[in-house]
Amino acid sequence: MTATTCPTPPSHRFAPLLAGLALGLMASTASSAAMLDVEKDELKFGFIKLTDMAPLAIAYELGYFEDEGLYVTLEPQANWKVLLDGVITGALDGAHMLAGQPLAATIGYGTEAHIVTPFSMDLNGNGITVSNAVWELMKPHLEMDGEGKPVHPISAAALKPVIEEFDAEGRPFNLGMVFPVSTHNYELRYWLAAGGINPGYYSPEDVSGQIAADAYLSVTPPPQMPATLEAGTIDGYAVGEPWNQAAVFKKIGVPVITDYEIWKNNPEKVFGITAEFAETNPNTTLAITKALIRAAKWLDENDNANRQEAVEILSRSEYVGADAEVIAASMTGTFEFEAGDVREVPDFNVFYRYYATYPYYSDAVWYLTQMRRWGQISEDQPDSWYDEVAKSVYKPEIYLEAARLLVEEGVVDEADFPWDSTGYREPTAEFIDGVTYDGTQPNAYIDSLPIGLKTGDSVVGAEVVAAN
Amino acid sequence: MTLASEVSAPQGQRRQKLFSAINRSAAWLSALGLGWLVPLLKIAAGDDPREQMGELRDSLFFPVLGIAAFLLAWATLAPQVQTSLGAIPGPAQVWEQTGALWQDHLAEREKEAEFYARQDERNAELVADGRADDVKWRSYTGKPTYLDQIVTSLKTVGLGFLIATIIAVPLGIASGLSKPFNGALNPLVQLFKPVSPLAWLPIVTMVVSALYVDASDAFPKALVISAVTVTLCSLWPTLINTALGVASIDKDLVNVGKVLQLSTPTTITKLVLPSALPLIFTGLRLSLGVGWMVLIAAEMLAQNPGLGKFVWDEFQNGSSTSLARIIVAVLTIGIIGFLLDRVMFTLQTAFTFSGKR
Repeated sequence: MTATTCPTPPSHRFAPLLAGLALGLMASTASSAAMLDVEKDELKFGFIKLTDMAPLAIAYELGYFEDEGLYVTLEPQANWKVLLDGVITGALDGAHMLAGQPLAATIGYGTEAHIVTPFSMDLNGNGITVSNAVWELMKPHLEMDGEGKPVHPISAAALKPVIEEFDAEGRPFNLGMVFPVSTHNYELRYWLAAGGINPGYYSPEDVSGQIAADAYLSVTPPPQMPATLEAGTIDGYAVGEPWNQAAVFKKIGVPVITDYEIWKNNPEKVFGITAEFAETNPNTTLAITKALIRAAKWLDENDNANRQEAVEILSRSEYVGADAEVIAASMTGTFEFEAGDVREVPDFNVFYRYYATYPYYSDAVWYLTQMRRWGQISEDQPDSWYDEVAKSVYKPEIYLEAARLLVEEGVVDEADFPWDSTGYREPTAEFIDGVTYDGTQPNAYIDSLPIGLKTGDSVVGAEVVAAN
Repeated sequence: MTLASEVSAPQGQRRQKLFSAINRSAAWLSALGLGWLVPLLKIAAGDDPREQMGELRDSLFFPVLGIAAFLLAWATLAPQVQTSLGAIPGPAQVWEQTGALWQDHLAEREKEAEFYARQDERNAELVADGRADDVKWRSYTGKPTYLDQIVTSLKTVGLGFLIATIIAVPLGIASGLSKPFNGALNPLVQLFKPVSPLAWLPIVTMVVSALYVDASDAFPKALVISAVTVTLCSLWPTLINTALGVASIDKDLVNVGKVLQLSTPTTITKLVLPSALPLIFTGLRLSLGVGWMVLIAAEMLAQNPGLGKFVWDEFQNGSSTSLARIIVAVLTIGIIGFLLDRVMFTLQTAFTFSGKR
């Protein structure tokens, strides 16, 4: 049978033109047409069961990942080490990470790998809790207000006599934190040092972090902390929510301070990916960042109006799994200290306000200064080194590009982002001990802190040795 | 004795047929653990209730009494123990959580259906736009539900048990037939038999991670690790019982085989296996029981998404419903273990002449 081509009837000649017009119109309105051409669309992200994995859960549940053409599996990890190893080996494409993890990995503290982050997941969100027994011993040393409630913030100076009592009895005072390079470790140490307690040093040979310590800090995975506190293995811990409120709920401990009171609006978690992933999959990285920015915005929208719904999602067993009422406390702006002592802390978890999602270099530098302060970085480094490391790990360029795409799509406001930032926040003194932090002068800052290594110091054996 | 004189002849014949059917099925029903149905069926078929009462009392009444007493004790004692996760849940809360898990399962299936509907819509839109080569088909990335986890556990134990049987039965036969072989194998068996699965797990993890590089979707690494751990612990009962069964064949039968000059394969298939089968099946039953128990521990550590992982995750979550859910899992594990044992027993009854062992 021979094929004969039908002569094109007049109306059909316009069909391609009309189709082109229609496509053009659709491209400007349909969200599917705004999708980036992602290199890898099936992704697996790891997280730890903490309230601040919320942006990941929300981006999944509300379909923001799907809108970008990404099919994401969220997998809870057993602990921070397993999570970091997962990202480094490629088993996970990205993960909810402690702000210190990408920095430590890149400088080679722990497993070495170049990890970068284009997105800061939240500010604040941690607390320090002590056991009931320790709280009773602390109370006589606390300043009370007119109603008989402790005046906040509670300084670690109230804990110092308790540790001295323990020492007199020959008992070590043990505290738990989640990871050697975690924000909780540095915040706990900052608080202890501000109260005159030495939290211990690290040295290249001894990585326990307990050299010359008054209080002994060790690692415990967050979900196991309440159980470890109850068992008496530790006398207190620093961890993110919901594990502080969980202790109050189960009547096994009392939170004494939130990290908001240690450093107002401190950086907490970031979304970490390997540098290789970011290079090989630039569009995918942009798509992920876009979805996460949208999720963060939803969490803080309308003065935290959506937080209750977020709590319901987080209480599902595949996300955080703790009881909704325990999660709700901090997510909706209240925090219970001693049983019955509920205080308003509206910015306990900040996901979007105050440019929370911008990965500031000054945040990275603060963590590096603390690593130097406690000996994880064993030698002095020039200010330029701090700046270089921060720039190689924190990627605000990717963040701003993703934000620009979202502004063009009309889903976020231009005013929500600091387009002209140098990457360094203004110097701030909003710390519990009032010391000023200027990210552009890391060595001067290290020298201005009370307890801790200063310029020229190093840890040799079991002592701190000054260079002079 | 049925009051047969009081019924007409055709009815009587029907009734006889019914009774013989019930009697035939009695063996199967008791194998499945449903032995208490037999007297009930007989009563329903018109048999004298008073006669069946005795049997009914033993097979139904006392067990039910036992279960009821346990539930009562549980319901009264549980709320008196306060843990940091709340009071130990009683039967009512556990039942509530069973319902909740079922609802979760339905909700998740609904989400999956919605996801596929959205995907279909999106792809249809793309095709309509003329972008047919941008069409993507991706599978749903939600969590496995409780029923999915039960299926995964069964799959894992099945795989582990199968590998164990394939290794243990031939080794056992060889061991039973040849004294030198038995002498050589015995010390190894005695050495490895008492090792707990938790001790095997790190080694198995390392070996599987090194050798099984391209994990397929149907058999992910965690599943293979759990299955191999199950194999290592459950192969011993099968091995020992097979060797014993083969070694204790009636000497007369062996002599007959020698007289007839049967070849080794024929000896094995016609002589050895049929007479050793009861003990082999005993070994298989024990292996499956041990394997099921070991599986839960192996899953907790290897993070295979089955019942073991469910229990571990619930414990880590520490919510107020966690303990009740863990108890639901415990009961599920028990019921499935019981059913698996019954299945093996039924197979055993089918394949052997005597179902007594």
